[in-house]
Amino acid sequence: MSFLVIRNLTARLKGTDQRLLRGVSLDVAAGEVRGLVGESGAGKSMIGKAILGTLPKAVEITGGEILLDGTDLLRLPPARRRSLIGATAALIPQDPLTALNPSRRIGGQITDRLVDILGWTRARADARARELLDEVQIPDADRVLGAYPHELSGGMRQRILIASAFAAEPKLIIADEPTTALDVTVQKQILRLIGAMQARHGTALLFVTHDLGVVSKVCQSLSILYGGLVVEDTLARDFFAGPRHAYSRALLAATPKYTDPQASLVPVPEAVLAEVQAEVAAYDGRAT
Amino acid sequence: MTDLYTVTDLHLSVPDLTRKPILGPAPRIEILKGISFALPKGKILGIVGGSGSGKSTLGRAMVRLMEPTAGSIGFDGQDITHAPEATLRPLRRRFQMIFQDPMSSLNPRHRVGQIVQSPVALHGLADPQARMLEALDQVGLGRSYANRFPHELSGGQRQRVGIARAIALRPDFILADEIVSGLDVSSQAQVLTLLERLVADLGLTLAFISHDLSVIRRLCSHVLVLHQGVIVENAPTAQVFARPQADYTRDLLRAIPLPDPDQPWD
Amino acid sequence: MADARAMVRRRAGPRLWLSAGWIVLIALAALLAPWLAPKDPLAQDMFMGRLPPFWMDGAEPGFWLGTDSLGRDVLSRILHGARIALIVAVVAGTLTCVIGATLGLLAGFLRGWVDVVISRLIDIWMAFPPVLFSILLIAVLGPGLMSIIIAIVVIDWTRFARVVRAEAMRQGAMDYVASAQVAGRSRIGTMLTEILPNVLPTIVVLLTLEMGIAVIVEAILSFVNLSISTDDPTWGGMIAEGRTSIHQAWWVLVFPLVTLFLTVLAFSQLGEGLKDRYDPVLR
Repeated sequence: MSFLVIRNLTARLKGTDQRLLRGVSLDVAAGEVRGLVGESGAGKSMIGKAILGTLPKAVEITGGEILLDGTDLLRLPPARRRSLIGATAALIPQDPLTALNPSRRIGGQITDRLVDILGWTRARADARARELLDEVQIPDADRVLGAYPHELSGGMRQRILIASAFAAEPKLIIADEPTTALDVTVQKQILRLIGAMQARHGTALLFVTHDLGVVSKVCQSLSILYGGLVVEDTLARDFFAGPRHAYSRALLAATPKYTDPQASLVPVPEAVLAEVQAEVAAYDGRAT
Repeated sequence: MTDLYTVTDLHLSVPDLTRKPILGPAPRIEILKGISFALPKGKILGIVGGSGSGKSTLGRAMVRLMEPTAGSIGFDGQDITHAPEATLRPLRRRFQMIFQDPMSSLNPRHRVGQIVQSPVALHGLADPQARMLEALDQVGLGRSYANRFPHELSGGQRQRVGIARAIALRPDFILADEIVSGLDVSSQAQVLTLLERLVADLGLTLAFISHDLSVIRRLCSHVLVLHQGVIVENAPTAQVFARPQADYTRDLLRAIPLPDPDQPWD
Repeated sequence: MADARAMVRRRAGPRLWLSAGWIVLIALAALLAPWLAPKDPLAQDMFMGRLPPFWMDGAEPGFWLGTDSLGRDVLSRILHGARIALIVAVVAGTLTCVIGATLGLLAGFLRGWVDVVISRLIDIWMAFPPVLFSILLIAVLGPGLMSIIIAIVVIDWTRFARVVRAEAMRQGAMDYVASAQVAGRSRIGTMLTEILPNVLPTIVVLLTLEMGIAVIVEAILSFVNLSISTDDPTWGGMIAEGRTSIHQAWWVLVFPLVTLFLTVLAFSQLGEGLKDRYDPVLR
């Protein structure tokens, strides 16, 4: 059975009829990278937050299951849930600038979780931090561990966040648009780094992005979201050979590809939008 | 074909306030280190580079949001390098800018109509309201949008308001500074298609700053690649992609993830 | 697809209505005191001393909230006291706001030498201990309403300037300010059309807070007898006098104290309430 299984997850804006997630089902096997693709507002970040338990207060889950290694997170008491997630899951966030505490040195920020939540000794945590910096190819570990975030470049900060995510050997990592804020050359390094570390540690990875180019470089499978509804769920190979759903095809056509300028940056046609919106409406009709 | 912009050996440095001694001026950081190029009328120029390349600074120098420290910028034959605000003001009607961040480029306490209309009114042009409505139409936003506040719009819609604001003055030149970098793929496609159409319809000259070469390919006829304050490549688009001259350009091209699992990715 | 967060409605403003309502009440009291007050606030009558409020035994009809040790009607004195309180609140508050906010805006937006001069001025000014400063000022200017107002303005403008300066600096970095520059707007013009509307909510909240502070400062000064020189009643003065009778006649202290408290509270909530109701940005 896959390490992460989400079945029929539904969520809405508290106190309203506004649906945010419409029966989302997906799974990620151990060692697999699944892409979660969609426009802004499609709900892809929300799924990651639902798993990690960091949904905004205004959003409530109305149904479904999130199974982490067989245990349904949604049925656990909050404290148990937090400790399970703390021990088995981690996040690589989007913005390396705001994800790090500007007033603390890097070393402390990496080892915190290991010491406070997992109960490691300071010495063991420090050794691990150095190992990790080495793994993410940051030379001069002493300087970096003692530095403040603003003294480092964006690419370095993202490497540190990746190191932190892998620190406690999580079984699942959620990467929430980890390269959106980076230059294209830095993005390439970071993508390759994430791929290499994921392969080495055998972690299941849920990769949230709106960029299909990025998906083709890291993901083995992907789910396309629109309006909180999964419209396509397939293997990456099959997807890029020819997507089944019209909306997926439109997204592919909108993605810039310098090798084929005419088939790039094509806006999603009205007809396709109408079709996928009708699917959303049909779901709403069945659900009530 | 006349050149709308002539930039010659442009230098721009800013004071490094983090290293300022107690007495005396702060040491300066050179951002632009001798930029020279010409932009003919009616062309779309792509300006590409990573962060720290100086591309945004170059753009801001071209619309005189920043003042160069050496070299010269000529706009339609007039030297605007160190021109005082009083001289620049009437000229400003002719060069406009669209900004990157849809959140911070529109005043959250002004309505869309006011945002688009106020530059027109500022320059004393006839019938600002009509121009504003026309501009909103041209960017594909209906008249009803004039009464809304920016936070009621999506990122793509806000960028369109930014475009409307720029074209309402009917300028000769527009600088687009990373205007789609914060948008997702479908909004990006919409905004760029719109821009393409407007450039053709309104006869605009455009400088398009981006860190994304693939966007440049579709839109621009000519490309400048900047790296650490200097131009490393200055060629027609097709040539930049087919036979890049500079190592840095090659690095940029190799780094672009195409939606193709078979793309060599090492 | 619009942002889901934008769908959340703001709560209507009960605090706006309550606070505005109380202030209106106090304002009416202040304006109409001579006609509303049942008795002459200065009229002393030793035989009517320390009468309790109307619901207690021993109360006299006509003296709704009782009398103080000199036989003066508490309610009438509170109504008349509202005049002083409100004049100080509005005049001192507004002057402090105008001076402080203007200097703060100029410093924060124009930067350069304007900022250097104004910031140094604020720093030096704030180094004076406020209580001593105000007592000194009043000693020099002599007691009186004008002196109190001047004292408050002179001390508190720095609070406005600091906060508004910080806010103006933040706003100045926004792209819509750069856009105004590209459009050709003058510096001062940009400050007024782009920066000011975004700093206004903060200024309004500070202004109402300042009004509350002004009321308290006046009360403190009249408590220590440094306020107005005439016999006109002030809430602070009533509280001072009420201390001596607190065991025999608690109402002489409690009613002006409660009125003072509610008024200051109302001012502070008014600013927040106005922001909730009128600020177009849903935060």
